[in-house]
Amino acid sequence: MLMQELVDLLNCRVILGMEFMEGLEVTACFAADLMSDVLAFAPPGSLLITGLASIQSAHTADVADLAGILYVSGKSPAEPVIALVRSQRIPLLTTELSMFEACGRLYASGLAPGVRP
Amino acid sequence: MNESRWSTGEPRVPWEGAEILYGESIRIVGDDFEHGGEAAAKIKAILKQFGLDPAVIRRLSIANFEAEMNVIMYAQEAEMQLQVLPDAVRVILSDRGQGIPDIGQALQEGYSTATPRMRQRGFGAGLGLPNIRRNTDEFEIISTPGVGTTLRYTIHLQG
Repeated sequence: MLMQELVDLLNCRVILGMEFMEGLEVTACFAADLMSDVLAFAPPGSLLITGLASIQSAHTADVADLAGILYVSGKSPAEPVIALVRSQRIPLLTTELSMFEACGRLYASGLAPGVRP
Repeated sequence: MNESRWSTGEPRVPWEGAEILYGESIRIVGDDFEHGGEAAAKIKAILKQFGLDPAVIRRLSIANFEAEMNVIMYAQEAEMQLQVLPDAVRVILSDRGQGIPDIGQALQEGYSTATPRMRQRGFGAGLGLPNIRRNTDEFEIISTPGVGTTLRYTIHLQG
């Protein structure tokens, strides 16, 4: 699924990285608030779906080579997090949808969990 | 209490006297959640400059991030030392802190002594040490309760 399609599907607001989204494809997603779970099980290149807006969500995306972060339930990270992600050159999105509904819509639209590393 | 040790993986490179192509040391401060992850990020940026396999960089970075968060959650301070060797990358992390009374227990997935504040950061679910073990080829823990803990872990670059 193209990132732009995902933005439309979940009524996302693009916090950062609109310029990287042109033609960017999302092939897998991983949803968790537990960053240790993300580090253990998220395939590289997947989109992180989380309600955790701390600086650790941004470091997790960097360390685990993730493609972007989607914050659910209207969460939006503070400025230091946004500054960090800006240097990583990945998109940062937020949706008003809950974790369950965001994941449900993406799964129903054909997005897969991806292969565990 | 006395020092206890635990290790896994076959040691290929001696800890003393190995040829070190590049070394770097980064200080980590306990309870500094706002900067939790910076040491791992810095080391990842360094490793990228060496043109290492991205999968190796990812594995070491995950181990580093978990180890760094352990220091922030449980210790007063630590030095994270990176060593790039001809056929391996490794990290030695020595902290001053409470130590680990029962290493075997701490290595069990899900065993945790974390506080709600730690969990709010997405850590402290008893996956830190298991995640380091999962991502490294050699892993050693040396801990003395009341004094501190040293982690040493290595990823082999070939075979």
